[in-house]
Amino acid sequence: MKSKYDVLVIGGGPAGALAAKTAVEKGLSACLVEKRPAIGAPVRCAEGIGKEALAEFIDPDPRWISAEMTGAGIVAPDGFEMTLESSMAGGKVGYILDRKVFDRVLVWQAADAGADVFVKTRASAPVIQEGRIKGAQLESCGNVTKVMADVVIAADGVESKFGKWCGIDTTVPVREIMSSVQYVMTDIDINPDATIFYLGNEVAPEGYLWVFPKGKRAANVGIGISGRKSGKGHRAKDYLDRFTKQKFPHGKTIECIVGGVSVCRPLECTVADHLMLVGDAARVVDPLTGGGIYNAMYTGKLAAEVAADCIAKGDLSKKALMAYDREWRASKMGKGIERNYLIKEYLIKQPDEKLNAIIHSVSKLDLKEFSTLTLIKELLKANPKLLIELGALAASIR
Amino acid sequence: MCIRPDRSTRPYPSVKINETGLQHIQSMLNVHRDICGYCGCCVSVCPEGALELIDAYLSVEENCTSCGICAKVCPLGALEVVHEK
Repeated sequence: MKSKYDVLVIGGGPAGALAAKTAVEKGLSACLVEKRPAIGAPVRCAEGIGKEALAEFIDPDPRWISAEMTGAGIVAPDGFEMTLESSMAGGKVGYILDRKVFDRVLVWQAADAGADVFVKTRASAPVIQEGRIKGAQLESCGNVTKVMADVVIAADGVESKFGKWCGIDTTVPVREIMSSVQYVMTDIDINPDATIFYLGNEVAPEGYLWVFPKGKRAANVGIGISGRKSGKGHRAKDYLDRFTKQKFPHGKTIECIVGGVSVCRPLECTVADHLMLVGDAARVVDPLTGGGIYNAMYTGKLAAEVAADCIAKGDLSKKALMAYDREWRASKMGKGIERNYLIKEYLIKQPDEKLNAIIHSVSKLDLKEFSTLTLIKELLKANPKLLIELGALAASIR
Repeated sequence: MCIRPDRSTRPYPSVKINETGLQHIQSMLNVHRDICGYCGCCVSVCPEGALELIDAYLSVEENCTSCGICAKVCPLGALEVVHEK
């Protein structure tokens, strides 16, 4: 480990990996630190990603693809299921990844490109000198060192602390944290080609329950419920146990993962002098789906690109780094987050009867473009009254 | 921005000093380490920044106010605010 890098990346998930890789590809020196002893574990993810979204960053590889999806199902609170299929011939629309391998490959690529990588190494405080962030204090196996950097990219995930230590409030409101549990289950009867989402206040209050296939008879079976609906006797695990006992009584659970997913708006500002926040740490998870892999890779890559520009110009002030903040907000991803936030806010307020009615209005959809936006558009066509209820939001959907 | 001490194994009490100068423990946050899944869900909602996920354990720092928000959102029920007189 050198004592000074151009870029110090904290966290070895998809955001951090893309940041480190992009930085070295831009000719910068970069160091990535991961507090866990292994990249990719524990998974803390349902592992779903759209095919096209993934292709922006990496070519698909069977080593880290558990299953390919051709469709999806949404189960209404009353048990009625609507199916979504791709109208494209043989349409593979998404993947369920094997994040243990996927994350590892991304970090491996960063290392091969020239980034230094250290695992079981935790950033425990920022280094502040002359009133500005100059790097981070790192702890590894009892050794404490200081590493200096022109810019620190905090990719430290949902439990991010680095931003907080630097004065950025990253606290997620209780009602906007999805308290989540997931089992990797085997020996269960599933449709191996479709992701299934279960909605309803009895099943998953203000959240949803998912079955994402990982093979012919295996799946990630998980749930996220709003933090405000969680409490003793009615936690995410209680809901999931009730579901799996009833739906997959003979299934075997080979892995149990817990986690938190933020479904709030992104941070008001994702940069400070010499600091950028990316991925879950920036709270850029899609608030409607809870998906964060693409957004993490996108913001990680963009942050490093902007950092490279700013280093070339010798200006790493907040004002200069704001180019990153502005660009992701104006991007398709940024606009999608805002729109999906508003849709989420609408949907969580609807009683089960209303959700039933919306889902019953269409039993099967062949989607030209397989996305939540296209789905919402189709649902609006079938339920024109929703346009009035959605008010100004409807304009951004049409 | 100081370096915080390791509070991984002990619950951290919220302390009130009464008129006689004696400390009265009012409440404290207990981490049931056998239940905790080390996921960091609680860390993200802590308004004081008093929790930290350090690899495979959760640390509770001095500024914990025992507000109980973390205990509410925990997916497994590993956190508990214990009140004492």
